[in-house]
Amino acid sequence: MTNKQVRPAIDRDHELGLLRQMLLIRRFEEKCAELYSVTKIRGFLHLYIGEEAVSVGVMGSVAPDDGVVSTYREHGHALARGIAPGAVMAEMYGRHEGCCRGRGGSMHIFDAATRFYGGNAIVGGGIPLAAGLALADRMQGRQRLTWCFFGDGAVAEGVFHESMNIASLWRLPVVFVCENNLYAMGTAIRYAQAVTDLASKGAGYAVASEAVDGMDVLAVEAAARRATEQVRGGNGPYFLECRTYRFRAHSMFDTEQYRTKDEVEEWRKRDPITFLTSRLKEHEALDDAGLASLEGSVAEEVAAAVAFAEGGSWEPVEELTRFVCSDRSNG
Amino acid sequence: MSGETKTIRTTYREAVRMGLCEALRRDGRVFLMGEDVGRYGGCYAASKGMLEEFGPERVRDTPLSELAFTGVGIGAAMGGMRPIVEIMTVNFSLLAIDQIVNNAATILHMSGGLFNVPLVIRMATGAGRQLAAQHAHSLEGWYAHIPGIRVLVPATCEDARGMLRTALEDPDPVLIFENQTLYPMEGELRADAEAVDIDHARVMRAGEDVSIITYGASLYKALATAETLAADGIGAEVLDLRTLRPLDDTAIMASVAKTHRAVIVDEGWRSGGISAEISARITEQAFYELDAPVARVCSAEVPMPYARHLEEAALPRLETIVATVKGMVHPHG
Repeated sequence: MTNKQVRPAIDRDHELGLLRQMLLIRRFEEKCAELYSVTKIRGFLHLYIGEEAVSVGVMGSVAPDDGVVSTYREHGHALARGIAPGAVMAEMYGRHEGCCRGRGGSMHIFDAATRFYGGNAIVGGGIPLAAGLALADRMQGRQRLTWCFFGDGAVAEGVFHESMNIASLWRLPVVFVCENNLYAMGTAIRYAQAVTDLASKGAGYAVASEAVDGMDVLAVEAAARRATEQVRGGNGPYFLECRTYRFRAHSMFDTEQYRTKDEVEEWRKRDPITFLTSRLKEHEALDDAGLASLEGSVAEEVAAAVAFAEGGSWEPVEELTRFVCSDRSNG
Repeated sequence: MSGETKTIRTTYREAVRMGLCEALRRDGRVFLMGEDVGRYGGCYAASKGMLEEFGPERVRDTPLSELAFTGVGIGAAMGGMRPIVEIMTVNFSLLAIDQIVNNAATILHMSGGLFNVPLVIRMATGAGRQLAAQHAHSLEGWYAHIPGIRVLVPATCEDARGMLRTALEDPDPVLIFENQTLYPMEGELRADAEAVDIDHARVMRAGEDVSIITYGASLYKALATAETLAADGIGAEVLDLRTLRPLDDTAIMASVAKTHRAVIVDEGWRSGGISAEISARITEQAFYELDAPVARVCSAEVPMPYARHLEEAALPRLETIVATVKGMVHPHG
């Protein structure tokens, strides 16, 4: 799908920035897995490891006032969107200082400043929300976009099809980003989809679509730019299928009986971080010392996030029922 | 000006329509969205003529995609609009219940107060028009089970119009259930009707001997029952709940404390229904006020049948309510 020969010349600082973001997500989540095993984090924990190129590649095109609707595998989206790692980690700890006061946990990260509308643990549950946010923008004459992430599993949900139809019918400014990691939990796509070429589904709704190598951050970035041009031009939604793979289990409870170690190893050879690191090294834009320094700064950021979560407090139990309804004190 | 209040005679359907039109005129953020609300004029004609006045952006016909357009309403509400989503009937709302229960009701709490969902969802409910088992159930009690949403059940023209306005001022999701048999009902309406209180039940007829606690279309059966009972010297108080979540416990207990007997009339099913909740609350909060066990008159526990005589037999009936009350007031005949 992409070819090194046709790539533009290397943009050192930019690509180092992409690498750092992917490394931050990777190391942050490796730490999450560790913290889960010592019961600091509980509930369900779905890791994004292996899929980092998708969120980092897409998020570069997400304007500051654009909206983002995400899934239960959303740490990578949240970090790439710029939500403070400490607030995300504290949320997973269930701390009051978490981005949702510890109400949501790993699967429900929300942030008002970056217009990050969750963290939705109903597969496909966020898709119509994205269309609604886009409708609100359109009706209020705002030019911003809404970016909607979901997995290949969601493409089997009726709400995906209903929402694609409505978004296209009303020409809503939504970019649908399908992270196709080939498994709906433990069910391989060939057992779940009659048509496994997910990008082809867009045609049924007259939605411009493309598939891109989701392990190549530069390819994703270029595709996201094409999506942006299309949607900002008022041409209706765009459907971007990013073909990717998760290296870790579906959640911490998954024993991975449904796929072979060889398959995972094959995909690991296409690790998006290794891929970009190699490219930067080939172009002498990064050496071992530079990489070590990058890793060092990422490790510090992750450590700071953990320290922030560790140092947090618990929301007073008296506030349990707060926000069932809005506080009326301010009118 | 004199203190005289001008009233107009109108129908429940027209009251809903007036409420909708006023809402769209008053606030540019309000729009109506649902199946056949525009070009068709609303499946119950509640939005007739609105497309002409407000245009297709604000009176928005949707595909038959209850789940998606309800979710679109939630997203639009989070994006600064004040959508009114119309779902044809409560049975169809089951296609959208994931969005209502998992998103609309949870997002404020789950996000730690970051995002509220100022959404109004209207739908028809109830039986009585021979629409059988997929168009005529009364499932509003289910929604009253859910924290995070408010459930309104307007029974009068005044409430049909005014509750919509109050609901639109609410920062959180509000579900409004319009009993479909009420649309042609005529009633008086203040010409200058404004927002109505949605926090309190209302005593529609005062009485000393028994409290008939009800809502929606059953209100009129309760009032007819009270009339019948009055001829026998029994004073029935009729309480219109108006809101099923949150329930107005104070009004319920005040009435029970006065009459010492309570009958709950509900078109929903008895098992696990809102009538069970009300009965439990009376037992918890006013047990020592009671001179008789709480009684319930609900729909028969069957899917609603088509044939008229069977449908009538399935619904709460006036004779049953009368007999129930008489059995409580004069238990030994």
